[in-house]
This record gives sequence, structure tokens and C-alpha cells, in this order.
Amino acid sequence: MLQKLRQDARLQGLLLISPTLLWMMVLLIIPLLLTVVTSFGQRDTDGNVIYRFTLENYTRLIGFTAEGFDPLYFTILWRSLALALQTTVVSILLAYPLAFYIARAVPKRRNTLLFLVLVPLWTNFVIRIYAWIMILRTQGVLNSILGWGAGLVGLPFTPLDMYPSQGAVLIGMVYEFLPFMILPIYTSLEKIDGSLFEAAADLGANALRTFLRVTLPLSMPGVVAGTILTFIPVVGTFVVSDILGGRQVILVGNLIQRQFLEARNPPFGSAVSILLMVMTLFFTLYYTRRFGFGEEITAG
Amino acid sequence: MADYAVELRNVSKRFPGPSGELVTAVKQVNMQIGDGEFFSMLGPSGCGKTTSLRMIAGFEHPTEGEVYIHGRAMGTTPSFQRPVNTVFQSYALFPHMTIGENVAFGLQMDRVPKADIAQRVKDALSMVRLPGYENRKPKQLSGGQQQRVALARALVKRPEVLLLDEPLGALDLKLRKEMQMELKRLQREVGITFIYVTHDQEEALTMSDRIAVMSHGVTLQVGNANEIYERPNCKFVADFIGETSFLAGKVQSQHGEFCTVDLPSGLQVIAEAQRTLATGTAVSVAVRPEKMQLGAQNGDENQFTGRVSNVVYIGTDTQYTVQLPGEQRVRVRAQNSAPGSRPLVDEGAEVTISFPAQAARVLTE
Repeated sequence: MLQKLRQDARLQGLLLISPTLLWMMVLLIIPLLLTVVTSFGQRDTDGNVIYRFTLENYTRLIGFTAEGFDPLYFTILWRSLALALQTTVVSILLAYPLAFYIARAVPKRRNTLLFLVLVPLWTNFVIRIYAWIMILRTQGVLNSILGWGAGLVGLPFTPLDMYPSQGAVLIGMVYEFLPFMILPIYTSLEKIDGSLFEAAADLGANALRTFLRVTLPLSMPGVVAGTILTFIPVVGTFVVSDILGGRQVILVGNLIQRQFLEARNPPFGSAVSILLMVMTLFFTLYYTRRFGFGEEITAG
Repeated sequence: MADYAVELRNVSKRFPGPSGELVTAVKQVNMQIGDGEFFSMLGPSGCGKTTSLRMIAGFEHPTEGEVYIHGRAMGTTPSFQRPVNTVFQSYALFPHMTIGENVAFGLQMDRVPKADIAQRVKDALSMVRLPGYENRKPKQLSGGQQQRVALARALVKRPEVLLLDEPLGALDLKLRKEMQMELKRLQREVGITFIYVTHDQEEALTMSDRIAVMSHGVTLQVGNANEIYERPNCKFVADFIGETSFLAGKVQSQHGEFCTVDLPSGLQVIAEAQRTLATGTAVSVAVRPEKMQLGAQNGDENQFTGRVSNVVYIGTDTQYTVQLPGEQRVRVRAQNSAPGSRPLVDEGAEVTISFPAQAARVLTE
């Protein structure tokens, strides 16, 4: 047996990847297959899955119901995608200057700043989102400060109606995923050889042109990685919209959650999950084809 | 005022050190570099040569003093507005751009018309013998080729002065020799002033019209290769450039250009001095190994007897270490020019060494 293993390179390879393979099977491939199978199944009145093939879940998802055509689910999907896109764009706009600042700080300071970026992650995700309610609600922190400021200059002030709203959801999403945008951008900025900036200046480029022609293109791998790390989880998340949207902003994540837990319709929930997954896959494929993973332009 | 290509006037540079104290990298340096000259700054690492170069380039600004380029005071003019270009030690090619884009970058910054850019990039690449490499990426090129691209990228802008910061440091010996010749050829061709920073004395001696030897932020001696080698003005220069044996002693008397120096062992050396020295001054007498001979030589003022403590056969030469009375050692180098030559003496043998007074120099510091 051992003799055979020593001679057979293929067997050795198989043995080496087997722990990973097992892990992937149990945690990824089997659940995925179960979801696919369930999405083509039916349910009984108690919410148990009956494994009898039907396309009903998908036709319902597209909008064909017994009462006629209703694009309800498409609206939800579209809203989720739009919100994820907005979150990503706002995150890039906020994260880039901050990452740039950290990357340019002296090494000792850099660690402190990175530490500060990560500190909020020590608190529970749900608690941090709840904290935003305190900030955004009508009698909240933000309105109090604004009211106090308006009082100082003698302007009339009516508290802003910020919570619950889609805007509040956007703020919560950006807040939640900002570190995942900052870190990859920081990493790619920090990797850029400092002599490249000097070379650009030496060849006649001022600060702006150096940024546009050298810094930005060389940090694109970080922006791409950050986008993938932000966009994909944001499309599927349901906690932020649940809390800050006050159950009015329904995203595809909320839809899936409710199908499983409240409507007790796992087959339909599975169908939505599969559709979301396929859409995310296409987005990622398109995006990485278009901008690359960035390996080919890393500094060095 | 004479119109030098570059002039450093009383330039000093101090940096904040790791624990807050100020570190002086360059101390009161004065340098005049003529138009079309191949000028080298030579010294060990930390001698201030790179800092001096970076102040000319505009990456650093002098704490005191002023840098002039063709008579214009540079002050705090940023590097992108200076008429100089740099070849970096690490090449610093833009990894996301092709070779053509790299070379074109500087011209685009100057808003040169597109049609001219293409032609000038083409010319620059053929000048460094890389024609047709426009569409490759820096990563696809060898170190030597990347170095040529870096040169083309700097030269294509036709700078008034080209600054080179140890550009051959990362290349292997053979390639380095090749590139030395190449650089010299290019410099003659384009006629631009080159300021070359290196710690490699051979490189500086081979290529430069003039060399500034630097140590601890100070310029010790400026001169051509021959002057620096034959007439070093201090112990550091004599030691750093080539090989030198030093004999420590005290001045006994001086007759014109020649000094008699008492060695602790009681021996006396007669050597050339560059200035008048008081009797009793502590000095070092520097002698190059190849300027001494084994065996008594008629007419040589200095003749000593010692014991051979070591013989090293190098091929072209044989080097003998000779122990003189009073624990002082000198190295003597003899060329193996005769056919089938063998070492002249064996280890442990007693031998007389001789050298003329002109071959030895009295140095005070």
C-alpha cells in the first residue's frame, strides 16, 4: 500500500488535496446541490419540502402568477443591485483617500491608523447597525447636533426624517463594508515602489498627473479586490436593510430570509438564492474580465 | 560667474534621525561641474553622494546653500520643473506601461506633439540598442535591458544634465563592464553632462572625466582619475582608491617637496609632501604596492630590509607582504611579466624593498 503510494504521483496528489476537498464537499458543494434541488421542488401546507419536480418557483420569480404578470421580484432584485452598486461606489470614494493617506504616513503611524480602521470590527455587527438608529432617528444624535447648530445661528429647524429610509440603509451598508474596501486599496498602494513617484516627477509630471498616470493605475488591483469584497456581500445581506430600513426596504436578502423563516417556503427561497448567485457570478465574471484581477500590473 | 552645468555652493543637508536628532548627510559641499563633463561622485555608502545627487534632481532641498543649474538658482524648484533627468538605481520603470509608453511618458508631460513622440521614442530606443521593443512590458526584459530603457526614458527628454544613481549596481560584472563602455559612448554621442554616483572606484576611474571623492558628507578631493590615484590628498582617498600601504611616523625635516619621516622603529623614509610641515607632525607615508620593488635598487632613496610574511600569487601579479622592523607591514606587488615567472622570494625569507621618494606621499589626515 505504502509502496504503491510512493510510486503513484496521482494518488499522492489526491491524498494531499483530500482534506480541502472534503471541506469543500461538506460545506459548499453539498449545500449548493441541495439548494438547486430544493429550488425545483414543492412544499406542503406545513412548509415541508416535497421533492417533486416543478418549474413553478422560477416562473413565479420571473413574474408569472395565477393573477397575471407582476414584476415584484424583479423590482426587489433591481433595488438590491442598485443599492450594492451605490454602496460600492460610495465606499471607493471614501476608502481611496483614506487608504492613500494611510499608505503615505510614516510606518509607525500606519499601524496605528490601520488598527483604528479595524477597531469597529470588534463590536458585534448587529449592535453597530443598531447604533446608527440612535444617530439617525428623529430625536437622534445627528438631528440634535443640527438643531443645536441651527439654534446658534438662529435658523428654524425641523428634524430631518432620516430613519427608517433607503438612505439610512445605504449609510449602514457603506459603514459596514468600508474596512473591506480600505484594506485592499491600502495594500496595493503600499506595494507601489516609491521611486516610481520620483521617476514620474523627474520626467515632468506634477502631483495630479503622477496620481492619474501612475498611482491610480497601479492601485487598481486593490480597487477591484475591494469591489468584489464589498459588492457580493452587500447584494445578499439582509440585516442592515431589516434594521435601518424599518422593514420597508426589502432587498433580495430579506426576500430569501422571509421565504425560509416566515413564509415557510424553502423551494421558492432556494430559487431566489440560485438566481442571486447566478447574477453575482455574471457580475464578477464581467468585472474581472473587464478590469482584471490586477496581477499583471502589480508593482515590482 | 563661469557658466557651469551644475554648481553646488556651500550645500548642506540635515535629516531628522531615527531618535529625533539631526543627522548631517552633506556638509558644506562645493562642486563645479562643467558642460559636457562626465563627473562622478565616489564614496562608500553614507558618504552623501546620493543625497547630493537628489538635491540636484530636486527630490531633496538643501538645508543650507544653493544648487545652480546653468547659472540658475534652483531653490525649492520641484523636480518636475528642473531641466535634469535621473536614471534610478532600481530603474523605476512603470510596470503597468509598455517600454514605448515608459519612454514616451516624459515627452507627454511636456506636451510634445504625438507624431514627434513616436519618432523620438523610436530614436531613443535605437540609441540604447533596443529598437522595436516599444510593445514589451518591463517585466519581459532582463536587468541590463531595463537599465537601457531607463536611460532612453531619461535621455529622450534631452535634459541639460543627466543624473545617474548607481545605475549599474544591480548588474553582474560582465554586463556592468559592457554598460560602462555603453554609457561612455552615449555620453560622447549626446554631449550631455553626466553626473554619476557610484561606490565602485574602478567604475569611476574608467568612465569619468573628473571624480569627487566623498566621505562623511564632505568632498575630500576632486580631480581626474590620474590625479586622484597618483596624488591623493589625504589618507582616506589613498586608501579608498586602489591599494596603499601606510607607514605612520613623525616629520623629521623638510627640503622643498621632500620630507624625511622618522618611523617608530628608527628607520627613516623620504617622501613627497604637498605642503610645508612642521618638525614633529604626526603623518602617514602612503606607498602603492606596485611602486615598490623587491631587491636593492640603485638610486632609490628608500631601501629597507624586512621578512616576507605572506606571498599571494594572483596571476598577473604576485603580492608579497613584508614585515619591517617595528611591526610595520607593507605590501609589494611584482608583475609576472617574464615568461614562466615564479615567485621571487619565499615566505619567511629576508628581503630588501626599495622605492623612490617620488613614489611615497606624506599625508596628514
